[in-house]
Amino acid sequence: MPGPAPHDRMRPEGRRNSQGIRVDPEAEATHEPRQAVLSALVKHRPGVLAEVSGLFSRRQFNIESLTVGPTSDDSIARMTILIEEPRPGIEQAKKQLQKLVPVVSVMELEPEALRRELALIKVGGEKPDDVNAVAEMYDGQAVDASTDSVTVEITGSKQKIDAAVEAFEQFDVQEIVRTGAAALERGPKTLEKHD
Amino acid sequence: MSERASVRKEDEQTETDEEQAPVTTGAQSVVRALENAGAEYIFGVQGGAIMPVYDALYDSDITHVTMAHEQGASHAADAYGIVSGEPGVCFATSGPGATNLVTGIADANMDSDPMIALTGQVPTEFVGNDAFQETDTVGITQPVTKESYFASHSDTVGDDVSEAFALADAGRQGPTLVDLPKDITQGETDVEPKAPETPDTYEVPEEADDEAVQEAAEVLSDAERPVILAGGGVIKANASNALREFATEYEIPVITTMPGIGSFPEDHELSLEWAGMHGTGYANLAITNTDCMLAIGTRFDDRLTGGVDSFAPDADVIHVDIDPAEISKNIYADHPLIGDARQVLRQLFDAMPRAPDADEWREQCQTWKAEYPMSYDTPDDEPLKPQYVVEHFSDVTDDDTIVCTGVGQHQMWASQFWEFTEPRTWVSSHGLGTMGYGVPAAIGAKLAAPDQEVVCFDGDGSFLMTVQGLSVAVREQLDITYVVLNNEAVGMVRQWQDGFYEGRRMASEYPWIPQFDKLAEAFGAAGFRLEDYENVEETIAAARDYDGPSVIDAHIDPGENVFPMVPSGGDNGLFALNEDHLDEI
Ligand SMILES: Cc1ncc(C[n+]2csc(CCOP(=O)(O)OP(=O)(O)O)c2C)c(N)n1
Repeated sequence: MPGPAPHDRMRPEGRRNSQGIRVDPEAEATHEPRQAVLSALVKHRPGVLAEVSGLFSRRQFNIESLTVGPTSDDSIARMTILIEEPRPGIEQAKKQLQKLVPVVSVMELEPEALRRELALIKVGGEKPDDVNAVAEMYDGQAVDASTDSVTVEITGSKQKIDAAVEAFEQFDVQEIVRTGAAALERGPKTLEKHD
Repeated sequence: MSERASVRKEDEQTETDEEQAPVTTGAQSVVRALENAGAEYIFGVQGGAIMPVYDALYDSDITHVTMAHEQGASHAADAYGIVSGEPGVCFATSGPGATNLVTGIADANMDSDPMIALTGQVPTEFVGNDAFQETDTVGITQPVTKESYFASHSDTVGDDVSEAFALADAGRQGPTLVDLPKDITQGETDVEPKAPETPDTYEVPEEADDEAVQEAAEVLSDAERPVILAGGGVIKANASNALREFATEYEIPVITTMPGIGSFPEDHELSLEWAGMHGTGYANLAITNTDCMLAIGTRFDDRLTGGVDSFAPDADVIHVDIDPAEISKNIYADHPLIGDARQVLRQLFDAMPRAPDADEWREQCQTWKAEYPMSYDTPDDEPLKPQYVVEHFSDVTDDDTIVCTGVGQHQMWASQFWEFTEPRTWVSSHGLGTMGYGVPAAIGAKLAAPDQEVVCFDGDGSFLMTVQGLSVAVREQLDITYVVLNNEAVGMVRQWQDGFYEGRRMASEYPWIPQFDKLAEAFGAAGFRLEDYENVEETIAAARDYDGPSVIDAHIDPGENVFPMVPSGGDNGLFALNEDHLDEI
């Protein structure tokens, strides 16, 4: 006595979207990707960077940049990770990160957080004065010069550095290195440390 | 730590005071850490880099079970963990030993089974030099463990093992690994390992937020078509009794996931058995039509959900899980309750303002049960049906019989036609779907529960992958009944080829497999061949009577396929009951 065939069975009207969220037929909510800055304190020990970057690649989170550096506590390092994901993806990235054993704490920074990137740009040495002038426009400075090349240091937001790199293109850019963002919350707020 | 482990620990403590010699090497402190944590068994294979640890094991009361292949060691440890609830322990040497363990580690990781793996490593000074039998074991295993440790000092290697053991058992259980360079285990130390404790960055939530519980309870009470979806986490949290009390008090139908099999008795009126790709029609219809789902300890695997767009599309989802990262990972949780399943069920029990008014819904579920029964054809002239073998075996055994499986059609038949009523009696590879899991898993399960009957349903393909484990079962004289549901094919693949690849049976038919009854005899086990309906009863009886491992080579109808079926990514409510339905959906 087999029951009704597939399409004759009782079934509801609703549906969910690809993120498993029930779709409100009136609001048809979709989640556009946005950029998020995750800041994490991690135990400063060998392998932790591999662990974090491995997590991001195997979970298919799209990393824009990742920077690591020491903190005032020798045993703790701080990572700043920029990702671009829809909101559920950002939540998931935070939780997965928090789950890693060497991760002490994770926070998503406010959009107005301080964000800085450093770039070193090496250009041809033919017009040192012009290079200097452009560097000044971006609050940068020449940090090394030889007969053949000038190297300029610029710090600032990603947009500012993008603009500077573009401006330097007129001088035969030989090499560029950029650090990716380091970021801190404005005001007194800090990331929790474990005791 | 579980009760049994702590009892053992106390016993040992009294012995300790009198006779435990102080540790003198890193290897001894590794073994001491395992003893302190209550390890009973170690499943492993010897080798150069792990030899110092084996040497230290010579003086220990922990029983070492030598396996025939390291993959078997990790599966046996995994099954031991499922059945006992405490981390199973496996050992391997460096290089190939360690890589052979990886499948079992990944398997344990997917199913959140508690397990600790210890691997030998080349001496520290050779690490990174491509030395003989070197692999980057930590690098290889990091993505498939809760944490992989590289031991860096003889004084602290015991602490690493203690911590790894505690971590495997804590919160959401899972596998951990400690890689042990030979110089570290050989090195002198007089430092006793610390007591097992999780790392300070690892926090385990206990109770869920009261306000959130209250809200969820209101929503569930207001539901007209409520269901409980019980996952493997219910069993892991020892919450099966709490689930029974909750479901019966508030009369809510219970569906399990496949790993959740055994968390709720399948003979209970409220049970709809399990949902998913090959779950029951009634469970899948209830999932599709519910308006409120209390999901406990499940990660909403795609074999359960089918396409997410059609998964419980009308339901408010209350998701109870100990791992916050599971919340809204695959299915959005309207009401996340983060905490231990047993605690949260108690909280919910007290918070429910009233039972949902769901008489009609329960009736509907019963109607579906009658409309879509789990059945198969058994005309006398047909070749033997696998379902009949499973069903008969289930009928003649006790409720606490443990069922292990390989992966494939036989696994589905075992889960569909065995009637499970007790937690920790279903031992199978779910998330990773590892063929070859059955033979060694049955060994781990039997050692974890020597007083319970253990039967393993295997496929001919799966059985061949780890058949060497039979030698271990014979040596240890383990009373296990292996039933190979032999269709001379990797049947599940053949089923998909017939259904979705126009019957082009590329590399799926195995007419050259050995006679498994003879093979069993060659290993020193008892072998039986089964071909007819008439002989099912007596063959199963004879195999069960045999005191030691026995193998029934059951030649089943090679044309038999697994139904119901929800095709990959499909809609659970549109499950197919036969091949014709597949064309319709
Ligand atoms: C290690 C491994 N290799 C391949 C697969 C793909 N696979 C899934 S089911 C299956 C068929 C299993 O055949 P068998 O063990 O004979 O069981 P049956 O389906 O015939 O019952 C295969 C090949 C797998 N799950 N695991």
